[in-house]
Amino acid sequence: MATNGKTIAIKIKRQDNADSKPRWEEFELPHRPNMNVTSVLMEIAAKPVTRDGKQTTPVTYDSNCLEEVCGSCAMLINGRARMACSALIDKLDQPLTLEPFSKFPVIRDLSVDRSVLFENLKRVKAWVPVDGTYDLGAGPRQSAAEQEEAYPLSRCISCCCCMEACPQFNEKTGFVGAATISQVRLFNTHPTGKALKVERLQALMGDGGIQECGYAQNCVEVCPKDIPLTKSIADVGGQVMWQAVKDFFRT
Amino acid sequence: MAHPKIIVVGGGLAGLAATIKIAEMGGHVDLFSIVPVKRSHSVCAQGGINAAKNLKGEGDSTWQHFDDTVYGGDFLANQPPVKLMCDMAPGIIDLLDRMGVPFNRTAEGILDFRRFGGTLYNRTAFAGATTGQQLLYALDEQVRRYESEGKVTKYEAWEFLSAVLDNNRVCHGICALDLQSMQVVTFPGEAVIMATGGIGAIFGKSTNSVVCTGSAQSALYQQGAFYANGEFIQVHPTSIPGEDKLRLMSESARGEGGRVWVPKTPGDKRDPKSIPESERWFFLEEWYPKYGNLVPRDVATRAIHKVVYEHHLGIDGQPMVYLDLTHIDRKILDRKLEGILEIYEKFVGDDPRDTPMKIFPGMHYTMGGLWVDFKQRTNIEGLYACGEADYSIHGANRLGANSLMSCIYGGFIAGPDAMEYARGVHKSGRTAPQHVFESERKRQEGINQRLMTNDGTENPFLLWRELGDIMTKNVTVIRYNKNIAETDAKLVELLERYRHVNLSDRSLWANTSFVFARQLYNMLQLARVIAQGAGMRNESRGAHYKPDFPERDDTNWLKTTKAYFAADADEPRFEFDAVDTSLITPRPRRYDAAS
Repeated sequence: MATNGKTIAIKIKRQDNADSKPRWEEFELPHRPNMNVTSVLMEIAAKPVTRDGKQTTPVTYDSNCLEEVCGSCAMLINGRARMACSALIDKLDQPLTLEPFSKFPVIRDLSVDRSVLFENLKRVKAWVPVDGTYDLGAGPRQSAAEQEEAYPLSRCISCCCCMEACPQFNEKTGFVGAATISQVRLFNTHPTGKALKVERLQALMGDGGIQECGYAQNCVEVCPKDIPLTKSIADVGGQVMWQAVKDFFRT
Repeated sequence: MAHPKIIVVGGGLAGLAATIKIAEMGGHVDLFSIVPVKRSHSVCAQGGINAAKNLKGEGDSTWQHFDDTVYGGDFLANQPPVKLMCDMAPGIIDLLDRMGVPFNRTAEGILDFRRFGGTLYNRTAFAGATTGQQLLYALDEQVRRYESEGKVTKYEAWEFLSAVLDNNRVCHGICALDLQSMQVVTFPGEAVIMATGGIGAIFGKSTNSVVCTGSAQSALYQQGAFYANGEFIQVHPTSIPGEDKLRLMSESARGEGGRVWVPKTPGDKRDPKSIPESERWFFLEEWYPKYGNLVPRDVATRAIHKVVYEHHLGIDGQPMVYLDLTHIDRKILDRKLEGILEIYEKFVGDDPRDTPMKIFPGMHYTMGGLWVDFKQRTNIEGLYACGEADYSIHGANRLGANSLMSCIYGGFIAGPDAMEYARGVHKSGRTAPQHVFESERKRQEGINQRLMTNDGTENPFLLWRELGDIMTKNVTVIRYNKNIAETDAKLVELLERYRHVNLSDRSLWANTSFVFARQLYNMLQLARVIAQGAGMRNESRGAHYKPDFPERDDTNWLKTTKAYFAADADEPRFEFDAVDTSLITPRPRRYDAAS
């Protein structure tokens, strides 16, 4: 492969495990056209030598599909929460800096534990309560317009970029984050999914619930799938408020 | 009595489908996956899922779906399970619809269907162009529901190492590696279902995800499971070449009217939009007037190869052809194909609504896999396989949009049958002696120990590149026996060099290169099955094409290839089974003329 003599400069924040201190390592690699951040990390794995010639270890990071649909390879690239696979080198300033997400426990290097999102999805019952897998005939009829509203919400890849970028997502507030709220909107819209609407809304009340949102709008800014997250928050916020009023009069 | 416990390995569509059935039937599932199951490779499937719902007044039927699938697979598939899958498909679509998959709708609000390769019917239901993602999410959500009810326990970030077998070769559980602590642990289960997907990494760069190494299937083959039809590898005609992988450009682009062409003049450097229609060669439409751009994948792939390497008409002399959508209304493209157009835009930088895409064939799918019977049972008692990891449905070539259906079908057969089996084991009170778990754990720890302390000079990532290069060059689209023999010799050399692997990371926490090195060994062993199987099969059938043997040879080769591992010789041996063609009599497969 032609290398045209150009090189790429990269700084990576490394950390051996959750308890150890982070450190920076610098690398320099031959440039090739159309490189992305994951291909840079693959090159380093094949030849783990720092810029000053020191032998090091391959960088641990999460990745799978490499086409921005599995949600694995989220990290901070030049300080911004985004997917490494769709981050093209030629469009990024150098030296390129790679860091793990700052609001999730580090496992090692760029790999972090994002299981909190999957736990949140359990809390809000993000599913359609079907009766069973037996042949019970067609699903509810839905208009093309309804499908076109649901589909973009259903493309959330659980990358957690929206949570990393959110100023309210921290240990103090325990905020659930935009991704989960948007899933509540999705399932509350579905003709069958609606059955669990009240439980979902109640799960978003109180500490860490939807009222923690500070309307910074960072979530919608960083979402790699362009999901209308602020619209989801506004929409579900209204639903939660109504539910709170109803709950108040019922008790 | 406690609930039967079943282990499912792999959390893609097939594994999740099996899990849901078992949980519904009252069993408990331990679900193992390398990645969080929502990040499984099924999310990459784009174009759709086939079922003969006949909602377009075309007279489609499940029999026609069955016939297209068997014919598309060049008659190599055993027919009864294919028929059952096609019969179950419309009900499965309804179920997915009920689970909330946002399938595209018609004006009346019913499911919309589009055309795919190898059929003349609109039979493919779709959710934009990210259908696999949407189906996986629907099943993932149902599994999360069972998880919150305590019926499923997930083990994410665990890698399957081997099955735990007793002296009678009965499977009693698995041995797995914790990808964080690097600890080897055994897990008992009354049955084990393997749903570990594809093997793309054996070919270096492919359209597959990083986890699709085939390592689990290979480990089981080395433990005595048959591996069937390994030589049948699907090379997708339209992928986007990249530095880190080949990205898929879905067949749905052609299903919605996309046209494949090259400039008629070699080395034509004009902007493609300025080349008049009369100076473009729509070679698929010319060679295959009936199916046009929607011939099956093996046919389209060979045609592109021919245009590039024999007619020397690749774009600008490069191995690439145009896939053109620019004549289609932007609104329709956005509504039906946005997901894939976005991939092209993000990774190549051009808008395919304005500029024809540059594409080339890339390794995509294995029709071969673990041998299973019609109940998805492998030849090891208590061990099942389903999805891309098994060989059963697609014969010598898979039709587009049949893989998602075969995954769910396989899981829906394997799950309930494993449950029946597990109930029987449960009732009999038969348990495996503790020492079989102990000895398997020690065997795996021994392998790890040797690898960690090895003092050689070989770099596993560079060995992998050599593996991928030679497999892609010699064992994909065009196959010659001489090159295949060279490939197998090279694989022997790579296996020898593997013994001198030196890890650049010897730490015992989240060590990804160690895990990769373990997978690499299994990839090398399975590559020999693929290469030798291809070498033996002296005919051309579906995706397997030998210019020296250009015809299908039913007299000698209407047979399932079954490889098994000869441990003493450290190499594969082969036997061949007759194919069950009891429902449709094999006929010549011709897409260039009426069949």
